[in-house]
Amino acid sequence: MEKHNNSEGKFVPYLLIGISVLFFLVMLVFPLAEVIYRSLKDGIEVYKSALAASNTLSALWVTLIATVIALVVNTFFGLCASWLLTKFEFRGKQVLSTLIDIPFSISPVIAGLAFIMTFGRVGWAKPIIDWFNGVFGTDISFVFSVPGVVLATIFVTFPFVSRELLPVMQAQGSAEEEAAAMMGARGFVIFRRVTFPHIKWALLYGMILCAARAFGEFGAVYAVSKARGKTFTLPLEIDALYMAGSSDSITQAFAVSSLLVLMAIIMLVLKQIVEYRGKVMEE
Amino acid sequence: MSRKARKGKSVLPGFGLTMGITVAMLSVLVLIPLASVLVYAFHMSWKEFLELMMRPNVRQAFVTSVSCAFVAAVLNCVFGLVLAWVLVRYEFPGKRLMDGMIELPFALPTAVAGITLSKMYSDEGILGRLLGYIGIKASYTKTGLTIALVFIGIPFVVRALQPVLEKLPGTYEEASTMLGASRSYTFRRVILPELMPALLTGFGLALARGIGEYGSVIYISGNSAKEGTQVVSYIIMQKLNSGNVDYEGAAAIALVLLLVSFFLLFLINMIQIAAGRRTKQ
Amino acid sequence: MRKKNILKKGLLLGMSMMMALGITTGCGNSSGSNNNGSSNNSGGSSKEESETVKLTNVSYDPTRELYEQYNKIFAEHYKETTGKTIEVTQSHGGSGSQARSVVEGNEADVVTLALAHDITMIEEAGLIEEGWLDEFEGNSSPYTSTITFLVRKGNEKDIHDWDDLIKPGVGIITPDPKSSGGACWNFLAAWYYADKKFSGDEKKVKDFMSKLYDNVLVMDSGARGATTTFVENGQGDVLIAWENEALLSVKEYPDEYEMVTPSISIKAEPSVAIVDENANKNGTQDVAKEYLEYLYSDDAQKLAGENYYRPSNEEILKTFSDTFDLSVDLCSIDDFGGWDQAYKDFFEDDAIFDEIYNQ
Repeated sequence: MEKHNNSEGKFVPYLLIGISVLFFLVMLVFPLAEVIYRSLKDGIEVYKSALAASNTLSALWVTLIATVIALVVNTFFGLCASWLLTKFEFRGKQVLSTLIDIPFSISPVIAGLAFIMTFGRVGWAKPIIDWFNGVFGTDISFVFSVPGVVLATIFVTFPFVSRELLPVMQAQGSAEEEAAAMMGARGFVIFRRVTFPHIKWALLYGMILCAARAFGEFGAVYAVSKARGKTFTLPLEIDALYMAGSSDSITQAFAVSSLLVLMAIIMLVLKQIVEYRGKVMEE
Repeated sequence: MSRKARKGKSVLPGFGLTMGITVAMLSVLVLIPLASVLVYAFHMSWKEFLELMMRPNVRQAFVTSVSCAFVAAVLNCVFGLVLAWVLVRYEFPGKRLMDGMIELPFALPTAVAGITLSKMYSDEGILGRLLGYIGIKASYTKTGLTIALVFIGIPFVVRALQPVLEKLPGTYEEASTMLGASRSYTFRRVILPELMPALLTGFGLALARGIGEYGSVIYISGNSAKEGTQVVSYIIMQKLNSGNVDYEGAAAIALVLLLVSFFLLFLINMIQIAAGRRTKQ
Repeated sequence: MRKKNILKKGLLLGMSMMMALGITTGCGNSSGSNNNGSSNNSGGSSKEESETVKLTNVSYDPTRELYEQYNKIFAEHYKETTGKTIEVTQSHGGSGSQARSVVEGNEADVVTLALAHDITMIEEAGLIEEGWLDEFEGNSSPYTSTITFLVRKGNEKDIHDWDDLIKPGVGIITPDPKSSGGACWNFLAAWYYADKKFSGDEKKVKDFMSKLYDNVLVMDSGARGATTTFVENGQGDVLIAWENEALLSVKEYPDEYEMVTPSISIKAEPSVAIVDENANKNGTQDVAKEYLEYLYSDDAQKLAGENYYRPSNEEILKTFSDTFDLSVDLCSIDDFGGWDQAYKDFFEDDAIFDEIYNQ
């Protein structure tokens, strides 16, 4: 019995690693290699000029704004929601938990349309915005503008943080927090001292997923952003370049894509460093 | 009444506050805008609605979207479990790289992913030719569609499992092995139950994302009503982009799509919360 | 204070579209500061800059190159005649979805779309005044195009006319008429050919169309997507395409593709119009009119020809006789009773397209 276990034990890791590496190569590395190969096909000069184009820079700026705001909003929301859903029992919990996941399952096309039908020219909230603009002398618009892009980005990345936190907080239970509360600790102190250390990596994972998804969102943002060089995000700029059809612009499209990939990789490297430090500190 | 009583059980603070914030943000940022679109569906009469849903291309699209997303989510659970396990438990060269790149499908804009995949899996592409040898045509078929959904869904499963696996102490398995259990028994009876909530989360997210997916599948699927490769999102887009914009039809289909995935997610959340209760005890 | 400043400039510059200030939380702050930044920049050199006129042109996919160049020559012309600087913001996408975005609040001053039907949609929403079709010459189409075939070099499948498309084993790429304006032109051109061939025997015509669509391998959602499928992914033997798109692909890859012009095709008229409601609000009615009128100038007509659109000016069109096959027999949308009728007859749910495609 023992022996059998051991031999199985040696074989299994190699098998599993083999499967993983194969899957990893085929599903993830090949597409990435394709993007990078295509972006550098016409040489580094083309690559550089694609990244320095004013449309690209403007798109980068809009993308960063949308990502940062979505990250802040969704992190705040994720913490509140997962605290609510894991520390308390109440009626309608399942429903609430499922409602939070809606943005995952809604077609991105509809997500963009949602804001148009609320704040757009045909939207019910349009008179309210017009009234507001009239009274306060502002010129606010929530669709076909940067705020529209931000809203759409928040929408599609809405559940990411809470989704990552929920399983961990559930596995953790709330015994420690309850003990702390019994000892008279106040709410925020409990969270900071007791809960946070347990969930910080999951929180980081969630934030990274949220940011990565926010960079890459296309469908929803496409619906509310039409002006290239003004409200376009990087994915829209890539699409515009790709759709321009000439082989040069396709190369440029892949060059800009590689920028997105690079942004994601930088974040992931950062995550690894932070994580490593965290582990060293614990020891 | 009963809510109050139940709520009273918890000694932890913040129920009212977090409830308020959660519900308010959810409503303003998600539910109200969404309702503004979906309300268009109710401009239709029941008869029109049923007629629309029974149209062969609409029905076909639902079957395609749900079945492909389901198959892809199952595949993702299998490969995701293996990947997460390998990443957490074993040391090997290139592990960090692999770990870091799991999110790639998120970072790659869906349109670019779709274009790249359709090129790679077309008869001209490197993987398409390989599959061609064994007689599989990937691009412009359901196979290709499922591959695209596996691609976009894999990070959900891996990232849901990883933190939980990391928390899972090796002592569990050691104890179980010492007690004479085989590895597969240990895995099935000790580890899998612990992973179940996370695995279900990953499955649910991959499934839900797959059902509504547009950008990454649109290029690889070929959108042929005859071959049954039109997905629901495509039909919605078709309704919106046609010369006679059909908001009602688009909203109605979106609503049904939402109900389908809502139902699936609800089911998964029920299982998950039940599982959570069990572990707590 | 800041907000008021922005408003003044915003009105002055007529750039209401971009002046997006959020009120809520973070989104207001950052996007607000973004806008402050940009308008401070543009307002920096004071009076001279206040003469800048802004215009938004919402167009469809294949016109990207054309308008990029046209905006430059128009800006020069405008500077010469009025001394003002003009800045044109372009927006491109599928014609139908672009029209929809204008209805939904994308504040276009002018639209330059693939077919009149899409502009009618904006008219019906109350944004464009009636009679726009006659506002400019030639059904408000400063340039036209037609439908041709793009085949792989050597034309191994021997494709010369619509007949050849229904031969067994010919793989066709054409977009979905239900979501693409260009695809509607493709369908109607084929229909017109079959209608002539079978002298109006509707059953035979439908049979022909059904065979044709049986040969369709991939049906993309838009014309550009179809081109990508054919050119980049190597699917199919023939792409039914806009003439300008086909010529562009041939220019890009002269060794790989050639264009075949069928004996009969359709005169595709991409129309232009001023979006009156937005133009009046932004105070751009005059400049919008001038922008569209200048499309008919000799310089612009030449530019259209260079970008493979057929200039509406006959004289200039003749100078491009090397590029375009001028002998092709062209029908027009009027042969189908205008767009509204054609759309109803062919492309609505359960109309002829559904009938022949789902057979």
